[in-house]
Amino acid sequence: MPTPDEVYEQVLAEEQGKGSSPAVAQSRAKAARVRAQKGAADPSKAVAAKSGAAPSGDAGDQSPAGTGAASPPTAAATKPAPKAPAKKAVGNGGPAVPERVQRLLAVVKPEAIQKIERQPMDRVNVWPHLMAAEFASLLVVMALLTFFSVAVDAPLRDLANFSQTPNPSKAPWYFLGLQELLRYFHPQVAGVTIPTVLIIAWFAWPFIDRNPSTRPEDRKVAITLFTFYVITFAILSTIGMFFRGPGFNFVFPWETGPIFFEL
Amino acid sequence: MPWVPFRKLRKLDEGESVALAGWNPKEKINERLDMMQNSQVWRSIFRPGSIFRRGYADSPRNRAYVVMNSLLYHLHPVKVKRHGIKLSYTLCLGGLSFFLFILLTITGIYLMFFYRPEVGIVYSDMQRLSTQVSFGLLVRNLHRWGAHLMVISVFLHMARVFYTGAYKPPREFNWIVGVILFLLTLLLSFTGYLLPWDQLAVWAVTVGTEMMKNSPVIGDQVQFALLGGPVIGPETLLRWYTLHVWLLPFVIVIFISIHFWRVRKDGGISGPM
Repeated sequence: MPTPDEVYEQVLAEEQGKGSSPAVAQSRAKAARVRAQKGAADPSKAVAAKSGAAPSGDAGDQSPAGTGAASPPTAAATKPAPKAPAKKAVGNGGPAVPERVQRLLAVVKPEAIQKIERQPMDRVNVWPHLMAAEFASLLVVMALLTFFSVAVDAPLRDLANFSQTPNPSKAPWYFLGLQELLRYFHPQVAGVTIPTVLIIAWFAWPFIDRNPSTRPEDRKVAITLFTFYVITFAILSTIGMFFRGPGFNFVFPWETGPIFFEL
Repeated sequence: MPWVPFRKLRKLDEGESVALAGWNPKEKINERLDMMQNSQVWRSIFRPGSIFRRGYADSPRNRAYVVMNSLLYHLHPVKVKRHGIKLSYTLCLGGLSFFLFILLTITGIYLMFFYRPEVGIVYSDMQRLSTQVSFGLLVRNLHRWGAHLMVISVFLHMARVFYTGAYKPPREFNWIVGVILFLLTLLLSFTGYLLPWDQLAVWAVTVGTEMMKNSPVIGDQVQFALLGGPVIGPETLLRWYTLHVWLLPFVIVIFISIHFWRVRKDGGISGPM
């Protein structure tokens, strides 16, 4: 006769073989072990299961049969065994407390019962941890900007002269992508339609993208679209900055020398 | 270990003392510091928990008080998610954009002392700023390069928010506010572009505003309203100056406030991914 622990291992292996989830397999195996323990401690239960409405008093002389019959409930713990005690409990009405029939219907994880409103989260004090980092980054940027400002002067060309158009005339660098588009599309499209569509798309984006996940692997489409957009405008702006000479015609900066681009 | 002011002065060893005969400066300084920090004036300025208050010790309670009992509490909570302080998550871009805005406000106010938006004199003001005003050139450089950097940092902040998916519920509205802030940043930069009134400024703005003229139906009206006339002229300069130093900063401060407030209300920093 297998010991309760052997029953546990056996049922666990069976359940795993069936492909049950680990939690379910473990619970069923535990239940089987409990049943096996009960069976071993009080063989009369098993006998009672076998002989129907037999009273529990004749446990003593029936013990060999009891041990013999103890294997069915354990081996077939998953199905028929639990039914028998139930019949017995109803049948004789003798015991004050009828044996409870326990069948595993589902394993419910505790989170499903206790609704956790807010996950506990690892938090740190703003002072000093966040503020030290902020202050350090502020100092770094301020230092870099100061060095750059000492080294490079902001451009100041000649006084504005409306009769003398510089060639080429370029918009500020952040509009050069749009100015570059003007080369390819009708002004109405490049100057109005495309910017309007882009701005509307920016505003509406959180409502267009319904995907709740924030993991990059789940957001391939969104990330691809945005990266495509950024790269497109980076290329257009770069061409507008460095590859457009007099008349806004295409030039190679290393051939013509000066770069027609000022900040 | 955070920086605690005056610790060095308080913790001078006996041996380190530079005491002259009959006079102990360490004791004197500490005495004065105590007096100052115990004074009613000092205690009225620095609230309990301030690192400048007497008896500040590095304890969890005081760390909370530093934020909670100061103006900082309008900007930061007492605690943030640990992943949020990782440099690799935010790259500090939002904070740096805000810092650059402050820097641009300060340098811009300085420039306003020496700048008159009148076509006849504006260019000579610009030249005077570069040659005669103390730190005029440096401040102008800081203002200009800082402005370009702010456009970049705001855009990169937007890209960071996009790539971390930080615009997802419940933060949709804050993304919208962020887009408004980005557009306002561009407008601030663009209006400031005209103010030097040199060839670069005027013709870049001409090119930029030519694009707006193409708007259907109201194109000409939009351009007229923006330029104060059919072409760039003295009205344009005054108009864009007012936009640049008053209207747009006023509007952007409102939206910055909403932006920061919503960051807190939407549950602090987003993520982790």
